[in-house]
Amino acid sequence: MSEKLVNAIADMREEEALKLVWTLVANGEAEPMAILDAAREAMTIVGKRYEEGIYFLPELMLAGEMLIQVADILKPELAKLPEVKRHGKVLIGTVQGDIHDIGKNIVTFMLDVNGFEVLDLGVDVSPQKFMEAIQDFQPQVIGLSGFLTLAFDGMKETIEAIETAGLRDGVKIMIGGGQVNDEICKYAGADAYGRDAMAGVSLAQKWVGAQ
Amino acid sequence: MGNQLSPEEKQEALFQRWLSPTDPGGNDLPFQSPEAEKAYKTTINRIRDAIQMKKLPDRVPVCPLPGFFPVYHAGMTPQEVMYDYDKLSMAFKKYVLDFEPDVHIGATAPGSGRVYEILDYKLYSWPGHGVSPQHIYQCNEGEYMTADEYDALIQDPTGFFSNVYLPRVFGALEPFQMLPFLPGILEIYGVAFNFIPFGLPPVQAAYKALFEAGAEALKWAGALGAFDAEMAGLGYPAFWGGFTKAPFDTIGDTLRGTKGIMVDMYRQPDKLLQAMEALTPIYIQLGVGAAKQAGCPLIFMPLHKGADGFLSDEQFKKFYWPTLKKVIMGLVDEGVVPFVWAEGGYNSRLEAIRDLPKGKTAWLFDLTDMAKAKKALEGIACVGGNMPMDLLSVGTTEDAKAHAKKCIDTCGKGGGYIMANGAFFDKVKFENLKAIVDFVKEYGVYK
Repeated sequence: MSEKLVNAIADMREEEALKLVWTLVANGEAEPMAILDAAREAMTIVGKRYEEGIYFLPELMLAGEMLIQVADILKPELAKLPEVKRHGKVLIGTVQGDIHDIGKNIVTFMLDVNGFEVLDLGVDVSPQKFMEAIQDFQPQVIGLSGFLTLAFDGMKETIEAIETAGLRDGVKIMIGGGQVNDEICKYAGADAYGRDAMAGVSLAQKWVGAQ
Repeated sequence: MGNQLSPEEKQEALFQRWLSPTDPGGNDLPFQSPEAEKAYKTTINRIRDAIQMKKLPDRVPVCPLPGFFPVYHAGMTPQEVMYDYDKLSMAFKKYVLDFEPDVHIGATAPGSGRVYEILDYKLYSWPGHGVSPQHIYQCNEGEYMTADEYDALIQDPTGFFSNVYLPRVFGALEPFQMLPFLPGILEIYGVAFNFIPFGLPPVQAAYKALFEAGAEALKWAGALGAFDAEMAGLGYPAFWGGFTKAPFDTIGDTLRGTKGIMVDMYRQPDKLLQAMEALTPIYIQLGVGAAKQAGCPLIFMPLHKGADGFLSDEQFKKFYWPTLKKVIMGLVDEGVVPFVWAEGGYNSRLEAIRDLPKGKTAWLFDLTDMAKAKKALEGIACVGGNMPMDLLSVGTTEDAKAHAKKCIDTCGKGGGYIMANGAFFDKVKFENLKAIVDFVKEYGVYK
């Protein structure tokens, strides 16, 4: 049963996947955690196919929609279970002056399904807000997003502010979005940049030593 | 019927109109000097030769396409120029005179903050309204058309815009939801009935806002017209006659949003395809009308969601390209030159876009491999773009020049090439941009 669900989600058969989940829950045929694990397994396949150039943004978006719906169906059951253990913490946000969020949301989503605890500060986030969140949330990884070329400066200013405040040690900073590349990474003072969502996940995994 | 001109003749007629600029009153525009007149006409002929590829241009045209760069360059904020049209003109004039590019793209990009305020525009945040005075306006993506509204859009796109879409994106036009269905005003029986909505106080208030916005837009347009005329008089043609879009982007950018259109590709592909077909003649009309009104054949077409990595090849060929190609061909048939701006990478799409008539379009690339682009489109379309944002922003002057040289060496041979950028830039180093413009004028000469 769970293999059928994994394949339905991974192969983008939304209606079939949701019907399966409803049936499994209604008939008590599977534990909610087992269903969620199957959904996560499917997401790993989706991520892999995306990396391999078989899937593109429509599949990531639809997979995300499916996962949200599955989680909604399972919510009443899952609320009774203890929190799952996470690999590490990632703080993420779009830098000051930029309000684009689609790319950042995809990265947040992919980090989440890959087992990270993610705190998303949203868009147009000031260096000050980033620093407050670093102190409260204690992330190992920080992701700065930006679509505009103006965001290059926002990234640089944010990283400088983090350094000046003495918060740079012990965190890894990745940037991504729009025109970001190696040159911009150096300019901003980040540790690395990611071309797409899976690259961001790989960087975070490498840095926290997770599989 | 009188209108039997071929697409070539129509294109030629539009180029001729571009070569003979008029003032806002429609009279022949006086040039400020014989040199200015010569520069103006030489530039247009240079661009025409690059696009048509029948004749080698005198040199590579150099056409930077700035976003808010002129504003920052003039030491102003985006907020200032969106509310003070004198400052707007000053900033864009300084840009043209400081850099002396072949062409300018007008001072239209910032728009009028006051018009957006009067209409309570919700689709964008602009300085003082959701972003700080120092930053540029940005789109608030959302589902301004819901998933179940495809039939309404397909059956009556214009009615959908007037009664559904505009009331959602402009707070002041919300009462337009109450507007009558105009095809109901068919004969005397329907008249009095259908005019009831126009008597309702909220609808009248919406019209009052429209009048105010219109008056403000006229003030803004006055400043823009004067700017264009002054620049033409000095020898700098305005580059574009207007703009239009790919139907996929029209739906994906501001109607359904990125996520909306992408899940629709799976949940209701037929409706999406039908809607794009319904929008195709409308977006042909938009581009053709603008070119004719402006007297300039080049129509700007920014492409967004068909780039490498967004869609698979199969999806591009099924959902993106067919209606984009129809819009392009609709423009070409009327003598218009689609100036296609392929944002992001287009490496995987080059093969598909070869399917176009020779010398009728120009393609500007952003992150695409220019050698591949030139090879794919050689003899088919003029290419350009690829002025890298990272080098302009953080590189050295030597890096910038070296890249410009590489672009010309790779793509310039035999004509069919325009030096330009592939994404709008806002803050870059003055000296890098200047170095590229000067370098192209010297190195880009065809001998």
